[in-house]
Amino acid sequence: MNIINIEHISKVYQVGTEEVHALRDISVKIDKNEYVAIMGPSGSGKSTLMNMLGCLDTPSSGKYDFNGVSVSQMSDNDLAKIRNKEIGFVFQTFNLLARSDALHNVELPLIYAGVPASERKERAELALVDVGLKERMHHKPNELSGGQRQRVAVARAIVTRPSIILADEPTGNLDSKTGEEIMILFNEIYEKGNTIILVTHEEYIAEHAGRILRIKDGLIESDASVSNRYIPKARVAAEHA
Amino acid sequence: MSRFALLSFEFKESMMIALRAIRANKVRSALTMLGIFIGITVVVLMTTAIKGIDNSFQKGISALGSDDLYIDKWTWFTNNEWWKMRNRRNITMEDYEKFKDMAKLPIAIAPELDARQSLKYQVNTVDNVFVLGTTADYVRTTNFTFDQGRFFSDVESKSARNVCIIGSDIAKKLFPLGNALDKEIKIGNEPFKVIGVLTEQGSFILGAFNPDERAYIPIGCVFRNFMNRAHGSITIDVRAANTAMIEDTKAEAEGLMRKIRGLSYNEENDFGINQQEGLIDNFNKVTGVIKIAGLFITGLSLFVGAIGIMNIMFVSVKERTKEIGLRKAIGAKRRSILAQFLMESSFICLVGGIAGLIAAILLSFLVNQFIVTSVDYSAVVIAIVVSLITGLVSGLAPAYTAAKMDPVEALRFE
Repeated sequence: MNIINIEHISKVYQVGTEEVHALRDISVKIDKNEYVAIMGPSGSGKSTLMNMLGCLDTPSSGKYDFNGVSVSQMSDNDLAKIRNKEIGFVFQTFNLLARSDALHNVELPLIYAGVPASERKERAELALVDVGLKERMHHKPNELSGGQRQRVAVARAIVTRPSIILADEPTGNLDSKTGEEIMILFNEIYEKGNTIILVTHEEYIAEHAGRILRIKDGLIESDASVSNRYIPKARVAAEHA
Repeated sequence: MSRFALLSFEFKESMMIALRAIRANKVRSALTMLGIFIGITVVVLMTTAIKGIDNSFQKGISALGSDDLYIDKWTWFTNNEWWKMRNRRNITMEDYEKFKDMAKLPIAIAPELDARQSLKYQVNTVDNVFVLGTTADYVRTTNFTFDQGRFFSDVESKSARNVCIIGSDIAKKLFPLGNALDKEIKIGNEPFKVIGVLTEQGSFILGAFNPDERAYIPIGCVFRNFMNRAHGSITIDVRAANTAMIEDTKAEAEGLMRKIRGLSYNEENDFGINQQEGLIDNFNKVTGVIKIAGLFITGLSLFVGAIGIMNIMFVSVKERTKEIGLRKAIGAKRRSILAQFLMESSFICLVGGIAGLIAAILLSFLVNQFIVTSVDYSAVVIAIVVSLITGLVSGLAPAYTAAKMDPVEALRFE
């Protein structure tokens, strides 16, 4: 079954007196355990599409079913619930709480899920071990390197065991070596059976995905499977094994 | 989870989040607390001072005796034309003698007449003292107790001996080193022997009528030394047997006085029968003004504090826009964000309020030097409730702003 089923979605913004068509009649289906990259230049509508997929925004028209549930007409609170349970976000700027340690940052979505404190701590610790930060749990973001910060963010995204992981330019603020390490981490997560949607404008990052969706001017320009996707060598994983 | 369990979970978690935020911004939180701290300090001190004033008044009233009637040329606290009362005949010692013979209900009757005089002992002088001339029965119309000595006797009173009883403040001023008993002081130019010193009544609010600041001598001495018998109009102090008997005693006194003064049935009373009630009403009017002014000032300082908190909470919300965006993205509902910021402002206010309460308790020791008082439980409850409410009210608008933020916009905020 499709996790994501978007049919004829469009999004119109009112900017002053002008109407801006960020998305025009887009239809996409994404299956479980797919690794999809969304590409497009800035202003193409890829951010809008990502917000839509992440249930952060609702379409002006069209239909969006998430796991068979229609979310296009949902209330703010119900969308918050879906985001909490079904979607793990990874942002370009990490978006960690600066004054909280890694553990608390990872616990955060579980708080909103209503998970009791002891279970929360356990699960957050496991997620941090999964991303290779066993020794850094009680460090605050400013005591961590960029790559480590993004790992904390990834741990926060996977800790709720969501249906999809939505990563917006996850390597955008990292040097290429650290970026590579994060891509290895995503590959591991993907290989464990997760669904990943990656938004990027870097061709070589997009090549990690099994399917590339190109957006331009609010329309899907192309949607193609990658036959020989780039599988990064799991050096880091091996070190931690 | 049941609905209640869910709510209590959310309550607890919002509190933890708020506490983290407060700890993370210690300086800002402390500055915010300052506003409410000052407000609560003022509120508690004001309540305490007002209570002190009330207490002092009550003490004074009870020292003078609350079951007393005062038959006077003047009717107190009325809007009667004063010139009419001014033209009334004086109440004389003869009136008093007749009244004393005929009245059956009172348990004590005494005349009183004030003379304003200076008191001197060696180099110490107290000016403008209301020296009260009366008889030995006077002490039975009051609830006085004595630090030293006694009130004058019937014999001393009738023979108008130069003896006096002084209030505690007078004693302190004339005899800073202590023992006043048997010392000879000058009232005006006349020598008087001190035979008694009153226990401190602490009813400063009565001003010149505060027993602490008065002296008592036989009424004959007043007529002899300070005032022509023909000019002074005396007041007759009448003590009813108990509170229930006041009305009967008053009715009897009115009938007797009309008879003594020879009034015919169609003439108005040419005297007043006064009660402390009038005094109490008047006091309440005055303190009412003080209370309203106090309430207004404290209300204003709290309001300013609340505005300050609201302001800082707005800044805090703005500053943490990205955090709010993130929290919403990972599943915080509107009410979670609302609760987080409301908790934060009410917690800041609560801590500020408790600190203000502690400061007020410490300062009340200082106030205690002037007004005998202490902070009581009601002030504690008021402080806590008021600071919580202030926190909720001033946090509401910023918290609402935070709660209704669009996550996409908030995440994009730099």
